[in-house]
Parts: sequence; structure tokens; C-alpha cells
Amino acid sequence: MRNKNTKPMTPDVKWKEITPGGMIFDAGNAEDFKTGDWRAMKPIWIIEKCTQCMLCPPTCPDMSIPVKDSKRLDYDYDHCKGCGVCVEVCPFDAITFVKEED
Amino acid sequence: MAIRERLSGNEAMAVAMRQINPDVVAAFPITPSTEIPQYFSQFVANGEVDTEFVAVESEHSAMSACIGAAAAGGRAMTATSANGLALMWEMLYIAASSRLPITMACVNRALSGPINIHNDHSDSMGARDSGWIQLYSENNQEAYDNFIQALRIGEHDDIMLPVMVCQDGFITSHAVENIELLEDDKVKSFIGEYEPDHYMLNSKEPIGVGPLDLPAYYFEHKRQQAEAMKNSKKIILEVAREFEKLTGRKYDLFEEYKLNDAEIALVIINSTAGTAKTVVDKLRANGVKAGLLKIRVFRPFPAEEIANALKHIKALAVMDKAESFSAVGGPLFAEIKSTLYGTADGIKIVNYIYGLGGRDVKADDIETVYSQLSDISKTGNIGETYRYIGVRQ
Repeated sequence: MRNKNTKPMTPDVKWKEITPGGMIFDAGNAEDFKTGDWRAMKPIWIIEKCTQCMLCPPTCPDMSIPVKDSKRLDYDYDHCKGCGVCVEVCPFDAITFVKEED
Repeated sequence: MAIRERLSGNEAMAVAMRQINPDVVAAFPITPSTEIPQYFSQFVANGEVDTEFVAVESEHSAMSACIGAAAAGGRAMTATSANGLALMWEMLYIAASSRLPITMACVNRALSGPINIHNDHSDSMGARDSGWIQLYSENNQEAYDNFIQALRIGEHDDIMLPVMVCQDGFITSHAVENIELLEDDKVKSFIGEYEPDHYMLNSKEPIGVGPLDLPAYYFEHKRQQAEAMKNSKKIILEVAREFEKLTGRKYDLFEEYKLNDAEIALVIINSTAGTAKTVVDKLRANGVKAGLLKIRVFRPFPAEEIANALKHIKALAVMDKAESFSAVGGPLFAEIKSTLYGTADGIKIVNYIYGLGGRDVKADDIETVYSQLSDISKTGNIGETYRYIGVRQ
């Protein structure tokens, strides 16, 4: 059963179509893996308190704090696992940490 | 013209490796398979092959190096025995599930403990569910022939699985026998070039191999892997037919020896089949309808074909050169019994554990088994099914 199918794997792929051995053909596919549903705690960005000091984005292990034109944007909740490092690093209490609601 | 030689089983496998000229051989010495990488490293030193020989620090590393080499797109091989195979355990499964057609010479030896260097089948029987195709060899010729066929089987489009070629440690691995070798160019053309569709050294197509496979995907991969193992039975036969055309030597999923009209029979693996054939001949000369079935392919297990070949037998002994500690019998017994369930229920079937740790199995022992089968056949009384032959009572 040689690998004829080089399409990205999605959770609805059937066993005959899945790439043998789990071989992966597309780069950067971690983005397709929505790890946001692992979250038990959720960081909330309080825009009024934020000074855009830029301390939080580089601490995020999942690159879930998007930055545009030298300013952070709201969280990428599809991928934020809720580790809380950004909450700890913020000197201005501009990030709160709340329980994830179902 | 084929080359007539006299070689030990290990030498025969090393010669097969030389003729195949694989990209990578990674191996760690362990008795009784040590000679294979030893001979092969001489071929490397003499410039007779182009192989990268990786002298690793353990069998876990040997299999890991083979996995890396195969993922990169190369032909990779190793040789091992017993505890060496056990140390590869984790990587055996990874090789198979990553669908890498690695070839292994497994020289069967008793698995510790207590530590023992002599032959039984506890090593490869323990690895029977690792996803490797397993071929077994009665003698040096079969070890050589199986090794060459193994590549074609494992690398086939519909398979892509690693193959383990087993022979009995010392009994055949160190015994010198007459053997017919193929010419180097014939081996080369039989195995062909290995051209995987996808491989890691292909700079035009970057790929990832062996990724994390969470609940959304793992099950589908296992289902697909099982399908490849099912497909392999057909390919093993196709390759055997092609090999027969080349050599005149016929291979099948198993060998039937005077089984057609037999009333009592053994199912047996590897070198002891040779001893048992002598006994069959002797019994036949005395009018006893004895026969045997020698397993060549244990994974995939040719259940349907075996059931068909055995269905007329009255009393059957399954010979296991390995304990399984299931408390009901050895691994081959479990397979054969489940094979016959619902397909040939009338057969009286018993199990003999024999030859553990290199205990000699003599013609007399095999004759005792046949004589007990005759008794079962006559009286219809099976008695204890989980038996031993050759252990001091």
C-alpha cells in the first residue's frame, strides 16, 4: 500500500485514504491542529489597560498572540492552550485568567 | 549456471546481503547472529559492496539506524538474535507502523532468562505481533533464498512492511551445508532497484515521517497496516513463483511433507522439520500414514490454507520451540487451534513444547510424538493437550 495520497490529513479521513505511516507532506500543518480545546483556563486581554509594551507575545509558546504593526491583537483562541505565561508576564494587569466555560 | 558452494547459514545470509548490496547495514554483534555482520563488514572492507556499515552501540540503535536509513529512502538491513531482538522491541513496532521495508536476519536463540545462547524460537515468537512479516527457514538454502525474496515482498507497492527472515541458531547458522547460490547479477536483477515514492532525502518533496498520531488518526493507520499484512500473503506467493522460475526451488506459505494422505501429522517450524521428515520416511516404510506441515510464513498467518491442508488429519501435534506462558500452550498451538476451530473441528490436536534453550531434539523424540498421535488416533482419547517432549520428568 504505497503512498499515493499526499493530501493533508483531516479528522474525517478514511483508513484507505490516510497516508501510510502518517507521512506528512505539507509544511506548517500544526496550524490545522486546533489545540485551543485543551484549555482549562483562558487569558482575557483587557485592551484599556494594555500599554502595548510587547512583553507578552514572545513568551507565548504557541504563537497565539498575533502581532501586527508592532501592536498585539486579541488571542488566537484556536491555538491558545491556556498556559497562563502571558498572564504572569504582564506588568499592567492587562490580562486576566478565567476558567474556561464549555 | 548456479554456483555450488558450502556455507554455514550465517555465511549464506551474509552472502545474500553482499549480493543485494544494500545502502545501509546497521548491526550489533550477538550470538549466534554475530557472524553475519562480521562477514559483511569484511565485504565492506574489501570494497565488495557500496554499503554504509554502521557499527552501532546497541540493537535499539541498530534498528533506529535502519529506520532512519529506510525513511531516507535507502535499503536497510540488520541481523540479530534473542536479547538483541528484545532490545529492538520498541523500534520493531515503529519500523512496521512507519511502513519501512527493512530486512532482518533473525538467527533464533532462546530469550533470557536464565541466560542461554542456544536455539529456540522464543525471540521471534515474542515479536510475532510487532507488524513484521516473518519467514522461517529449515536449512541454509532456505535462509539464503528467503532472504533474497524478503526484499521483494517487503518493498512491494501493496505491502511496504519490514521482513524478518528466521533460521535456527547454531543448528543451521553455524552448520556448513551444500548450497546453491545465484550469480550476483541474477540477484541484482531479481531484487531490482528500490525506488520509494516518498523519502526524506528527496529535496523536491519535503516530508515528515513518524509524527504524533493522536486518537483522530492512529486507528486508521493500524487498520491500514493490517490490510498491508493481509495483502502480503498474495505477494509472498507471487515472489515465490518468480523465484522458482529463476532457481527451480519452490516456495509456498508452508511445506507439506507426505501430508496428502496422512492420518497423523506434525506442524513444525525451522530445522527440526528436517529431523521430522526422516522420521516420517521411517514411519511410512512401516506403513504408518505420517506427514508434516512445515510453516514458512508465520506472519501473515496462512490460516485458510493451513486449515485446508490439515482438514483430513485424525491426530495432529503442534510443535512449539517456545513457551508462551499463556498456561494453555505455545504460540503456534494457539494459532493452529484457532485456525481449525469451525473449519476442521474433528481433528484431535495436542501441543508439544520441545527443544527449549537448545535442548537436543532427536529422531527418537519425534518418533515418540508420532507414536502418541497414533494412540490418540486409535483410542480417540486426547488426554492432556499441553505437553512436553525432552524435558526431564
